[in-house]
Order: sequence, then C-alpha cells, then structure tokens
Amino acid sequence: MSPVVLHTKEIPTNIPLEAESISPDLFVERSQAEIEAMPVALGNESHRLGDFFKVEGERSDEIIIEGCAGRVKWIGSGMTRGRVVVRGDAGMHAGSYMRGGEILIEGNADDFLGVEMQGGLIRVTGNARHRVGAAYRGSKYGMQGGIIIVGGNVGHEVGAYMRRGLIVIKGNAEDFLGAMMTNGTICLFGQAGIRTGGGMQKGTIVCLRPVDLLPTFAYDCTYAPVFLRMLFKGLTQLGVEPPVPTNGLVRRYHGDLADVGKGEILIAA
Amino acid sequence: MEINGVCIDETYAEAFGAYAGRVLITACSKAWALEAARSMAGFGTSVIGCGCEVSIEGIEPQETPDDRPGVSVLLFAMSKKAVQEQLINRIGQCVMTAPSSACYNALEAEDRLSIGGKLKFFGDGFQISKRFDSRMTGNGTGPRRFWRIPVMDGEFIVEDRFGVQKGVAGGNFLLLGSELSGTLQGAERAIEAMRKVRGVIMPFPGGIVRSGSKVGSRYKFLNASSNTAFCPSLRGAVRSELPEGVGAVLEIVIDGLTPEAVGEAMRVGIRAACGPGVMKISAGNYGGKLGKHHFHLHQLLAEG
Repeated sequence: MSPVVLHTKEIPTNIPLEAESISPDLFVERSQAEIEAMPVALGNESHRLGDFFKVEGERSDEIIIEGCAGRVKWIGSGMTRGRVVVRGDAGMHAGSYMRGGEILIEGNADDFLGVEMQGGLIRVTGNARHRVGAAYRGSKYGMQGGIIIVGGNVGHEVGAYMRRGLIVIKGNAEDFLGAMMTNGTICLFGQAGIRTGGGMQKGTIVCLRPVDLLPTFAYDCTYAPVFLRMLFKGLTQLGVEPPVPTNGLVRRYHGDLADVGKGEILIAA
Repeated sequence: MEINGVCIDETYAEAFGAYAGRVLITACSKAWALEAARSMAGFGTSVIGCGCEVSIEGIEPQETPDDRPGVSVLLFAMSKKAVQEQLINRIGQCVMTAPSSACYNALEAEDRLSIGGKLKFFGDGFQISKRFDSRMTGNGTGPRRFWRIPVMDGEFIVEDRFGVQKGVAGGNFLLLGSELSGTLQGAERAIEAMRKVRGVIMPFPGGIVRSGSKVGSRYKFLNASSNTAFCPSLRGAVRSELPEGVGAVLEIVIDGLTPEAVGEAMRVGIRAACGPGVMKISAGNYGGKLGKHHFHLHQLLAEG
C-alpha cells in the first residue's frame, strides 16, 4: 500500500487551517478525489482539503505531508492506526486524542501535541511547545497512554494532568513539567524549568540533570531502581539512547506533599 | 531395540496434562538470580505431595527485560488456579525475599494469571504501577504492566500478569542397572543432555528420582506408593518387572510445555543414558489410566 502524499500549497492568510480529516482512519478507504473533497476549515469558512494540498495516492493508512504544515492544526487527531509523516513543522493539536498508530514530525510541533492521547507513538525531531501530552482546560486527565518523544525542547505544562503513558524529552523543558500529573512517566534529559511536578499526585518524573525542586518534595534515598533499567532499555528499543549509564544512581524525592504526595521525581545522582 | 548394547523395552511412558507457567528471575548477579530460582524451585518435585512441579530450565535466557543476569523457571500444576496459587506463594516467599531480584513473565500465552497484581499489596499502598508499551518491551503483544513494590534494598519488580498454558507432566523413563553407581552415572549423562532441550524441566533432585511411585496404596490415606514392581529388593516378594541382574533403578521425570518438547528430551536423554552401567531402559505406565500422553520408547527413538 503506497502512501498518500499531501503537498502543501500556499495558505492565503495567517489563519490556521483546521484539518481533522488528515487521519489514516479516514484516508484508508477513500479515493484520491474523495480525499481532495474532504472538509477542512479556515476560520469560519469550509473548504476542501484539495484547496490546500496537492494529493497523490489513495486508499492508504500511511500519509506523508511534504512541506511545512506549521499552520495546519489537528493532524492525526483521534487516529487509531497507520502512520503520518510530516516532513516539516506541524500545527497545534497534532495527535490529540490519538489512540493508535504513529506520527513522525520531522520538524517542530506546536502547542497541545498529543493532548489526551490514549495510545500510539508520536515522535518529533525538533521542538514542541506547550502542554505536550497534557489535558485540555477543564478535562480531568491528560495523556492516558502511548508514547511521545521530543528530540528538542518543550514548553510549559508538559504532561499536566497526565494519567498514563510516557513522555521523553531529549532537550529542556520549561516550567510546570508534569504539573498535577496523576500517573505515567516523564523522562527529561535536559534542564527543567521551575515548579517541576507541582501538584503531582502520583507518577514518575525522571530528570537526568539537577532540578530546583519545590519545597513540597521530600528526599527519600539515593539508589539504582531496576525500573529505570527497564525504562532505558525500552527507550533504546525506540531508538532513544539515554545519555547516562543505565545502572546509574538516582536521588528519589516524593511529593507533591501539598497533594497526595505519592509522585516521585528521580534525579540522576 | 538396542542402543550401545542397552536394551530398550517396548513400552511407553504415560504422562498427563497439566498447566504450566514460566518465570524469569533476574538479579544483580547470576549467583543471586540462581539463589532466588533455587529457593523458588525448592520442594517442587511432585504434584503428589508438593502441589506443583517446578525447576530451573536448563537453557539460560539470552535476554532479560532489565539486562541483568537471569534464570528461567518452569512450574507445572494440575489447574490454572493451582498455578496461580503456587506462583504467588513461591514468588512472594522466595523471589521477592531474595536481594536485588526481579520477576517477569516469560510465557506468551492467551490465558493470563494475576500474580504481581496480588503481590502488589505487600507494598502497603506505596506500590507503583508502570505499564510499558509493546514498542518498548519488544514483544509486540500489547503493553506489559509491572509493579514496583518497595522493599528494604530498593524495590522489587514483578510483572502484573503471567501466562499459563496447557503442558505435559509426568513424562518419564527408567534406567535399570546392575548396581547404583553405574546407573546413577547413566542418569547423570541423560540429565546433562536433556538440559539442553528448551521448554522442559526434570523437577526431582538433580533431575533424578529414586523413589518412583505407582498409583494407589494398600493404605487408604495414600494415593501413591512405592513402585514395587521396580524395587530390586522386592523381586521375590511381588510381581516384579525387573530382569535378573538388575540391582538399582532410577527414574527421570520430565515436564514440558509441549508433548514434542517432552518427547525430544526423552529421546536425547535415553540416547545419552545408554552406555556403561545401564542394562535396560524402560518407562512407567499405568495401563493408560493416568493420562492421555503416551510416549512409546521405540517410536521416539526411531524418529530422531
């Protein structure tokens, strides 16, 4: 099954394009003409996908977007299968509500990457912005499964309200990493901003560089948890090489004691 | 049939269906992984008296989930519930207690038993669940959940669910020799060869049984008793199966994940046993009443 290739055309305004229809679930049974006719929204106007993309191929659950899609929102939102490759930047909400399949962004991702996703894999080679894998405002839970790997830096509130799954950040994170998280795992290779894990109830944040912790985190011990060996081995399976030896020691802090206090922040010792 | 001058009796070994689980124990060193595995396999020789048959699998695992040295243990019992009970008891008492150990499922099967999901309560509310996507565990069969139970040397990792499948227990053959020393050497040769077969265990001490049993007893409170037909000291007192000159009999019992694995182990074991000190190879059967798996010795040896 050869992929459907979408070549980006010029978007005439600065208004982002809302393109929930770019999803393998919807492309897999549609002809080229049907794909071109799929609806997208530009502001309050409805348009055809073909107005903004030159479509090549049909009936495939693999989609390749050639060119910058930095103003194309909701790519792969809610997808359950297949693969989306963005050869450039992707707009906001990429992979939100995703349940399966894989998204590869060979560029940068905008805000709300993989928000409330339940399964699948998102890889970003560049940076991602705020609230990666988090919850939408008003939602109880953020990411509830799956894996997000960001090659560069991320913005604020990444993993906020996260309930399950794994976020790996190779670069730095801004403030409130893992805030209010109720479970799941965040692995940060770079530097964290302030208030890491603020309000977290459960879950694990692994930081490979020193962190300025909130006073509501208490030191437990310095040890080498076997779980980290499994995590790092799993990351290696995903092609992510951890920058520290897998048998390294970590300092364990638990918190946030202003809340349930069963979360943990593991900092490489 | 004769192999290396050893007569192979025209009979069959009778084995019965059982349920099996496979556990992978890792630790900071091979020695500690083995220590935990040996402890777990302790008092697991026969379902007759131990509730399960359990032993270390001969072939060592090449890869472990945490990249530490590992030992594989197979456990057989008569029902899924019994497998679950035995795994919970033995992992909880023998693996969790061993320093630096972790315990993973090593059997891909449709049926799954909650093991870590029960043991987690030892964490007294401080246990932590971690679920790894199949892309990370590399098994491609869905996510795997592990429990991190706080213990005094750090944390004990145990997998939430362990696979269980139908297996075969009670495969066997008997080595008949003129005296114990030579017969034992023959049995040792057999065990060394059989440990190279994947998916089987020989659960008795060193893999060898000297007190083979028959079904039933003259005493009402016993459901098994000494295999009198193969006891040299009773040759004159009972209907003996032993030819003249036999002074010692040893049995090797094999449990396997599949009938094929049991058959293969029997084949290589009998071939290795046939040599000095062994006069005859026979097998234990109970007239077909014990189990549905029949391993005919001549047929087995003709196949391989």
